Amino acid sequence: MSAREDILGRIRKNQPAATPLPPVPTFDAVDSVPLLERFEAGVVRMGGKVVAAPAGPLDALIRSLHPEARVVCSATPEVAGTCPLDPSRPPAELAGVDVGVVRAVFGVAETGSVWLTQAEFGVSALGFLSQHLVVLLDPARIVGNMHLAYREQAQFDAPYGVFMTGPSATADIEGVLIHGAQGIRSLTIVLAGAPDAPGR
Amino acid sequence: MKRIDHSEASSKFIKAKDHLEFHDKRLWDLRKKRDRESEHLPEWEELRTLASAIKEHTLTHLADYLEEFERNAIANGATVHWARDAAEHNQIVLDILEANGARTLVKAKSMLTDECEMRPFLETRGIEVMETDLGERIQQLDDEPPSHIVVPAVHKLRGDVARVFAEKIGTDPGNSDVHYLAESQRMHTRPYFLRAEAGMTGANFAVAETGTVVVCTNEGNADLSVNLPKLHIASIGVEKVIPKVEHLGVFVRMLSRSALGSPITQLTSHFRAPRPGARMHVILVDNGRVERLGMADFWPSLKCIRCGACMNTCPVYRRSGGLSYGATYSGPIGVIIDPTFNLRKFSLLPFASTLNGSCTSVCPVRINIHEQIYKWRQVIAERNQLPIVKQEAMRAAGKVLASPRLYRAAAEAANAGISTLPRMVMYNPLNAWGRQREVPDAPLLTFRQWYVKFRSPKQ
Repeated sequence: MSAREDILGRIRKNQPAATPLPPVPTFDAVDSVPLLERFEAGVVRMGGKVVAAPAGPLDALIRSLHPEARVVCSATPEVAGTCPLDPSRPPAELAGVDVGVVRAVFGVAETGSVWLTQAEFGVSALGFLSQHLVVLLDPARIVGNMHLAYREQAQFDAPYGVFMTGPSATADIEGVLIHGAQGIRSLTIVLAGAPDAPGR
Repeated sequence: MKRIDHSEASSKFIKAKDHLEFHDKRLWDLRKKRDRESEHLPEWEELRTLASAIKEHTLTHLADYLEEFERNAIANGATVHWARDAAEHNQIVLDILEANGARTLVKAKSMLTDECEMRPFLETRGIEVMETDLGERIQQLDDEPPSHIVVPAVHKLRGDVARVFAEKIGTDPGNSDVHYLAESQRMHTRPYFLRAEAGMTGANFAVAETGTVVVCTNEGNADLSVNLPKLHIASIGVEKVIPKVEHLGVFVRMLSRSALGSPITQLTSHFRAPRPGARMHVILVDNGRVERLGMADFWPSLKCIRCGACMNTCPVYRRSGGLSYGATYSGPIGVIIDPTFNLRKFSLLPFASTLNGSCTSVCPVRINIHEQIYKWRQVIAERNQLPIVKQEAMRAAGKVLASPRLYRAAAEAANAGISTLPRMVMYNPLNAWGRQREVPDAPLLTFRQWYVKFRSPKQ
């Protein structure tokens, strides 16, 4: 008997009496604090930073955020950067990137998370090999909590997707919090309406 | 097989005063942070009930959900394997690596691969295995298993890490600055991400409806392990499957709050399909889980989402350290899981508990941990797995407690004894109880004597 047949057969034999699957509410009661304010507090708590996009080109903003950066690699046409992102090249070639730039699909107020998929990254490793990451987010695309986030059903068809909340971090030695564990050292969220969104 | 003597092993841990104090404080701090988060969410208790019900439903329909997960994972382009035990699991991993010409494996933290003792298996067969989580890497370099399922090196102080890193990766032995140590590991690990042919993760959740593997981490190492090499292997215990994407909302909201007291892990990663040109292999592992599913009293332990909250709150765990349990899983959840792997070897672990129930009250999926600990004690006694000293003590206590007359005599004698016996009787090497405790002064009367004197209606 194959391991598969054996395991499934023994599970069917051992399964306790069936219990029902409860419906999951979204727990989205009205909150007096506006979404954006909650989102910003969430990002800051998890070690990230939120800035509003100024008028004018975003490249200048990124230079001012990271004046020391030599290699800026952008996955969004809204920012030119200094090097092109080529999904046909091996992802390890992004090891020298100082600042990666990407546009998030949406944000989550409860946790200060942004949702990014392979489509937004172009090369998913950009979000982890870059020393720093700048994420553009349309402030109109913030949902209240994780229940609502997981109702964005189509997003979860992506081959790869991640809720990113602040920079990479560790507290594995004596509980001392370090930002910049293995992935990005800093995360800056730039609130900027999507180019194709109404009102811009 | 030799029985693990938790109490003997923890005496070593207790001797290192600085370590003991820090360990106790650090884990209690995690517990307090967990409390702040749970008190902040008005729906917390409702979430616990939901999480428990979703897990129970899934476990009672496990075969169907595993088949659904498999079907969708295959449709996504992944290859699905099934492993009955650790040996089958390890062999499957080796076969996949060899078929893909992979010699170097970067891996994220996975308790399942620790449980399967996969690393030594692969290493002796010429595969270089790089643990990329900082705590897990410290333990790998020090040739020790993780002592905690979430914070693997929590029993070590910075000086210990400085010593290990100086010996093994060439850091400055005199520098135990935590930032320096973490940065050194980052710099040391990065080249492995860039050149490894294979990456490995465990799974926090496997979603049946989409075939998605969800991994919750903080360091970025899991996403680097998957998004750079052309091969991703995910090892998943069969109990990790959940029905739908919407259920992730419940579990993701609770996991890091329970574990570390943060609202979410820095990264919650969803691996559904390999990227173009890459391959994804999923291994569904039994290794004792299916047998546990058939145990009427113990199957609810399979609801566990491995947050570690029960460990952080447990006074015995905090004051004895994870390594003294001699098992992959330590603390309250460990002592109810471990005996299913080997009843004799782990027969003393269920006694490493005060039965205070704190584990049960913090468990995000409402596992009745302390009741299961008590149940295990009964099973172990029934199957004659108690050591002689405990057996005799229990037999004597049983007799005394069963007879009011004997009990009264014993209580009066003990009271008299405490005040008159020489210290040697209580605080001698044969009495483990007396080692770290002082007996309070005996009351002038036992309760019964007091009651008879002042309250008895017959007087």
